[in-house]
Amino acid sequence: MSTVQDGRGGDVRDTLAGTHEERLLAVLHARLVARAQDEGLLDVAYRVVDSPVGRVLVAAGDAGVLRVAFEVQGHDAVLDDLAARVSPRVLEGGDRLDPVLRQLDEYFTGSRTSFDVPVDLRLARGLRRDVVEALPRIAYGTTASYTQVAAAVGRPAAVRAVATACALNPVPLLVPCHRVVRSDGSTGRYVGGDEAKRTLLALERTPLVSGAPEA
Amino acid sequence: MNGPFEDVVRVHGGTVLRVCRAVLAGHDAQDAWSETFLAALRAWPGLPADVNVEAWLVTVARRKAIDELRRRTRQAAPVAEPGALDGVPLLGAVAGPGERDLDLWQAVRALPDKQRRVVVLHHLGGLPYAEVAGLVGGTDAAARRAGADGVAALRRIYGAREAR
Repeated sequence: MSTVQDGRGGDVRDTLAGTHEERLLAVLHARLVARAQDEGLLDVAYRVVDSPVGRVLVAAGDAGVLRVAFEVQGHDAVLDDLAARVSPRVLEGGDRLDPVLRQLDEYFTGSRTSFDVPVDLRLARGLRRDVVEALPRIAYGTTASYTQVAAAVGRPAAVRAVATACALNPVPLLVPCHRVVRSDGSTGRYVGGDEAKRTLLALERTPLVSGAPEA
Repeated sequence: MNGPFEDVVRVHGGTVLRVCRAVLAGHDAQDAWSETFLAALRAWPGLPADVNVEAWLVTVARRKAIDELRRRTRQAAPVAEPGALDGVPLLGAVAGPGERDLDLWQAVRALPDKQRRVVVLHHLGGLPYAEVAGLVGGTDAAARRAGADGVAALRRIYGAREAR
């Protein structure tokens, strides 16, 4: 069974329950998203899916995934922020997010160790962006300390700034900030909550599912 | 406006659908809904922050619905079948119960054909009586009279229900 399923997605929600009008509105909504995509008006598409670390919002623009956000971050606040900083032409649904949701599903079921979907890092600037760009070098199943990451981006004294950059990573999961831990070996904080970080590190310590597609 | 457009669709989708259905039936109403929100999505980032979003959407919706109605009227073939000339359904099926004004929608639907069309086009669609007359046939004065009769009937029906 898949671990990533449609959450608030209009289609699924409304075919199960609701009045005739609600079902019709769900159909019309889906048609609107498709036409907005065709006419270049869908600046930000998002979906919310269930996962082992709670409900996760994934949002993408034309150039790639802009945001991944955990429920504890407040999805409404994240959408407001995207609308203000990227474009208010924000709609839920559409097929733009299918590839990244499929890869997240494979990741959570243990058959994928890295992501190869386009990511748009425009929401991270300066040192924060340098850190976010360096994090994918920490391999699946391993960890690095904040101190090591600070050294890797050429700012060995900026350990606290590196920790902040990890906390503000706009695309957690895809960019593995959960692999950065404290020098004393303790897990440290995580944008999705400490429990989510432990879950992800435990997942990556589990042997890969055999016969699964290469990641 | 700089809020997510998704909120606009969720909050006002039903209202826009009812406006479109008051003027058009079935798939035509659905097409008008799509055209309304597509146009709204295009305009959304440039819309001043103090605009009443619902009123703005209703304006866009009735304009789109009336555009569609005009297009259909121009295309209507003058065949001999009785009623074919005025056979464009101006009021679609109301899939109730809606959130509000259900009694009023039903009362509008119960009006005689001509009164119903004139009331919808003039009072909901915002068309002047001269244009309404062009769409439903007859003179200005006749459209005006049908509209007045329709509204009077609505006051009677709706008022009676309210009083109960």
